[in-house]
Amino acid sequence: MSIDYLIAILITVVGASTPILLAGLGELVAEKSGVLNLGVEGMMLVGAIAGFATVDLTGSPWLAVVVAAAAGAAVSMIFAVLTLTLSSNQVATGLALTIFGTGLSALVGKPFTGRGIKAFTTLFPDWLANDRFGRAIFSYSPLVYFSFIMVGVVWWFLNRTRPGLILRAVGENDLSAHSIGYSVIGVRYAAVAFGGAMAGIGGAAFPLILTPLWAEGLTGGRGWIAIALVVFAGWRPLRLLAGAYLFGLLSTLELYAKASGSIYTAILPSEAWAALPYIATIVVLAVISASKAGAGNAPQCLGKPFVASG
Amino acid sequence: MLYATPVGAVVLTMIVGAIIFSIIGYNGLAAVYEMFIAPLALSYKWSAIAVKASPLILIGVGLAVGNRAAIWNIGAEGQYIAGALAGTGIGLVTQDMTGVWILPSMILAGLVGGAVWGAIPAWLKTQFNVNETLSSLMLTYVAIHLMNEMVTGPWKDRTGYSYPQTPIVKPDQMLPIIIPHTSIHLGVLITLIIALVMWFVMSRSLFGFQVRVVGSAPSAARHAGFSYKTTVWLVFILSGALAGLAGIFEVTGPFRQMALGFPQNYGFTAIIVAFLGRLNPLGVIIAGIVMAITYVGGDLAQSALQMPNASKGIFQAMVLFFLLASDILVRYRVRFIRRAPVVAPSVVRSPAE
Repeated sequence: MSIDYLIAILITVVGASTPILLAGLGELVAEKSGVLNLGVEGMMLVGAIAGFATVDLTGSPWLAVVVAAAAGAAVSMIFAVLTLTLSSNQVATGLALTIFGTGLSALVGKPFTGRGIKAFTTLFPDWLANDRFGRAIFSYSPLVYFSFIMVGVVWWFLNRTRPGLILRAVGENDLSAHSIGYSVIGVRYAAVAFGGAMAGIGGAAFPLILTPLWAEGLTGGRGWIAIALVVFAGWRPLRLLAGAYLFGLLSTLELYAKASGSIYTAILPSEAWAALPYIATIVVLAVISASKAGAGNAPQCLGKPFVASG
Repeated sequence: MLYATPVGAVVLTMIVGAIIFSIIGYNGLAAVYEMFIAPLALSYKWSAIAVKASPLILIGVGLAVGNRAAIWNIGAEGQYIAGALAGTGIGLVTQDMTGVWILPSMILAGLVGGAVWGAIPAWLKTQFNVNETLSSLMLTYVAIHLMNEMVTGPWKDRTGYSYPQTPIVKPDQMLPIIIPHTSIHLGVLITLIIALVMWFVMSRSLFGFQVRVVGSAPSAARHAGFSYKTTVWLVFILSGALAGLAGIFEVTGPFRQMALGFPQNYGFTAIIVAFLGRLNPLGVIIAGIVMAITYVGGDLAQSALQMPNASKGIFQAMVLFFLLASDILVRYRVRFIRRAPVVAPSVVRSPAE
């Protein structure tokens, strides 16, 4: 295996990991505030079509990211109103959001089916981005660097800032936070909106990084992987980064198995490679959940509706 | 209120759906007409509604049991596929045989296949405390890839040109049509019987009581000696088996084979069906019919208005949104009160102080 081949694999892994990392970070913040939003897949798809359509119509991938974030946050508000204001069941509402987003993106995306878009140009000068070794660091989409920055930002926000502390307090003990005078519902609205925006950007990363063609349901269940990653990470941003790259690697193996065949399919049929990220997720969840540290990290109020009384 | 809100949710969905589709650029009223009214107005579509309602009801009844216990099986789609695969396996082995035992053994295999696939999240939950929502959903993707492998590989029909599909089932492997000149097969009748039995079980048996107590009052359930782990196992095996049964009914009924397009999202839509039916097997029958109408209507809208088939999901999701939103009317009495004038805290002291 040559070094060029390894760098090519690395670039594919980074691309495959970025969407789930972005969406996972958003879900992590929402869950830290005590909200379990299973609508990530739907919000990603809405972000994906919003981003795709924006590039197609305006030619600006930068604007596409903003629009995708806004679209993701907008649909997440359906979930927020239902679960937070009307205290509906979070599991059922999240599922409905995923079904809704899947349908909406298919409908809005129909005129774009099969059309291609131009993605970001590289941030760095060509002599760096096209260099044999430099491309391993400098050739990526701005969204990749953004995802790394956001890992740091989320970590810093949750662990080093006062609003982050309040957000965690709301997720750990909503009644206490409420009685001290913090707005539990307000904090959760903000966290859900952030989760929606990040899922929207994560969805837009599909057309902007991976496949510059529109296809119905192009996220292919990655939103659910993002939710599983949050559990895998024990609700910690840095471990989420590691998890996202582990699963990015696994899904890259699938791509290589389909493309190059023989070597991989001699070991496992290509559909088994495709199923591997999901099987690995289950195995990892089992290992994490069985350990005391893993399960004990869940925010105490995760998934529980909060009704202010008095 | 409990049973009025589902009706209201469907009506609101039609109104808001018409608005949304108009905004996107379709004829909104026509979209709602094709989706909800046309399937009912065209009498020759009625049997199609019944045939599509059958798997939704079968799976929905099983999921309703789990949701009562606050145990979330959202992987019914995978269990449906696993049941269909297991039954198809028996079908392929018995291809060259004849006998009345063949169809029942395929159906039994479907039940077992679905139950086994459903038992995996139960095992993961009880043994390792794995979130059943995530594990059951991940297993759906695994089931889809397993199915893709089988229909493109070892089980591919060698005579079927190059289409990735299994051979058409033999006459002895088909569910008989019970109403002549329609597509209504024996599976539809069995579904209705099972729904009625499940209604009896849920409302009149100890098992039904146990499930409800575990869901609504976990600590009371512990005091009563109802084991949570046992409930998880029972719920997943039951809902998995029913989903698997729905899967093999589709293979031996309308589909007659398995192909890449075999999964029809019944497993996901059935989640909406369970809620819309108020987790009551009798309600699930009605809800299953309503959602089946959107399946038939989705096809009609696709040909009449060139709407993508997936857009029926918008209507299905909206039904659930409105239903969940209106639940607050069931659980609480909404009063509109004038906000009390703000008084300086030093003046008012609660008796506790």
